[in-house]
Amino acid sequence: MCGIAGIIHKGGAVADVGSEMTRMLQSMKHRGPDSTGFALYSAPSEELVLRIKLADPNAARTIEFSELIEQRRAELEARLGKVGARIDRFEGVTDYAYRAVIDYEGDLKSLVDYVEAISGAEVLSVGHSLEIVKDLGDAVSVAAQYGLDHFTGTHAIGHVRMATESDVDIAGAHPYWAYPFGDVAVVHNGQLTNYHQWRRRLERLGHRFQSECDSEIIAVYLAEKLNHAVPLETAIKESLDDFDGVFTYVVVTRDELGVAKDVMAAKPLVLYEGEDLVALASEEVAIRAVIDHEIDTHDPYEGEVLVWHR
Amino acid sequence: MAQVVGERRIRYDARGLVEPDAEAPKTSKIEDGRAVFDATGYSTRRVNLEIRWLLVDQGVRDITVLNPGAKHSIGVAILERCRLRFEGSLGYFGLGLIDGPEAEVAGRVGWSVAENMMAGVVVIDKNAGSLAGAALRGGDLVVRGDVGARTGIDQKGGTIIVGGNAGLMTGFMMQRGRQIICGNVGPGLGDSMYDGAIYVAGKVESLGVDCVEAELTDTDEEMLKGKLTAYGIEHPGSFRKFECGRKLWNYDSLEPNERKLVL
Repeated sequence: MCGIAGIIHKGGAVADVGSEMTRMLQSMKHRGPDSTGFALYSAPSEELVLRIKLADPNAARTIEFSELIEQRRAELEARLGKVGARIDRFEGVTDYAYRAVIDYEGDLKSLVDYVEAISGAEVLSVGHSLEIVKDLGDAVSVAAQYGLDHFTGTHAIGHVRMATESDVDIAGAHPYWAYPFGDVAVVHNGQLTNYHQWRRRLERLGHRFQSECDSEIIAVYLAEKLNHAVPLETAIKESLDDFDGVFTYVVVTRDELGVAKDVMAAKPLVLYEGEDLVALASEEVAIRAVIDHEIDTHDPYEGEVLVWHR
Repeated sequence: MAQVVGERRIRYDARGLVEPDAEAPKTSKIEDGRAVFDATGYSTRRVNLEIRWLLVDQGVRDITVLNPGAKHSIGVAILERCRLRFEGSLGYFGLGLIDGPEAEVAGRVGWSVAENMMAGVVVIDKNAGSLAGAALRGGDLVVRGDVGARTGIDQKGGTIIVGGNAGLMTGFMMQRGRQIICGNVGPGLGDSMYDGAIYVAGKVESLGVDCVEAELTDTDEEMLKGKLTAYGIEHPGSFRKFECGRKLWNYDSLEPNERKLVL
């Protein structure tokens, strides 16, 4: 089933998007209790933020586990140094998830490829304002684990997952970062039936896929278009023709939040457009979780594409 | 969890969403046979238990629920004749499986409102999501705003009235009953409908499989006028009528397993 949500504050206003998204996702826990994910956008900075996991959260906590993590962590720092990235901050958020703030000017793809060559390492996101946090459990427990309550920013998307097509692990959890393009993330509710065709097409163009999840295609597909200077709205419209299946997805870039609904209108989406913010979700309860007064909401129609700027 | 011998109770609650031990809050203010209940902070199950407590134990026949908070499955399976008013929006499956109530929602509803309603009236002041009036069997479902896709899917009776626009495949697999759409409708109107009639005042994007335009009779005009007047919806001027083209009717031919038996 899965549940998706998005919120964007207009006029570049900064708010507690971490706690807002937590409330939105927690109210949709019944749509997906397996894992919860956040893609949060803070005000853009000069430095890059790297969210990375070095092991599977399900792994047994043996002595070998901590040794392994220590080795991988050292290797990560060494590799970042080798590609010319200066590490400003490096913090362990859990015993397997790390957050690094780095100064790096070079090519993102080569950086990520080099880092991911470390066994067990997976880059969850890279960007000047994007940070992806995803883990097993409901929104409140993931937010507490990663300290998201004080995360301020302009926009965010999130996802609660009921695993149907692939495993219950972090690799299968949304949001998906659009490797190797910074600051692009996607959450998706639905199934893409021409997944394998698109995966092969994109792999031929040199993209890597971290999971077996069909939703990852959307992120990479859109980022590939954005990289060729296609405007976000056009890219999303083209995706409606290119993707088969049923879907509602939300995509975010550094400045924009876009949403698409398939031509069969098979997956839900409720939309609230206020003067200072736009909130959307699979269910109205999620929007009510962040807005306390009576509001008018509606369901976008089949094949509808909408884009907002922060 | 209480162990009750000889009574079936839900005991499996792995996700913590079932609330097997929930009880009616009994916080409604009852005056002159009317009750007002503030649903703020209560779960779906407790809101429904409160409505049931008022109807069954207290014999109240006029209930107002404040702050329903777009929760799902509110006001379902009510088989008493009563008046219900919700001051706010409902989530999915609101007022489903009802037989008798006259309900009003001063807000919006999500997917599948009034599904399988047997009799009664449900009036929504704002928009409704997809599948409004799914498998409706009787009564009137009135949405003053817009509705999503597949309105009245598998409708088997009753009337659905939409003041605004309707989305994709309105009247999909409809079998009986009426739909009155005052605005525009999306593609695939009346796709695979077996019977019944759909009246549209606005633009029709496209017709679905085996849906054809029919002649609007005086009886139709009279019925439309009556229904719209009853709910205070402005008559948009002129309607077009759509019904089944009967090209897909193959009731004479035997099913493959029946043929085996007969031949």
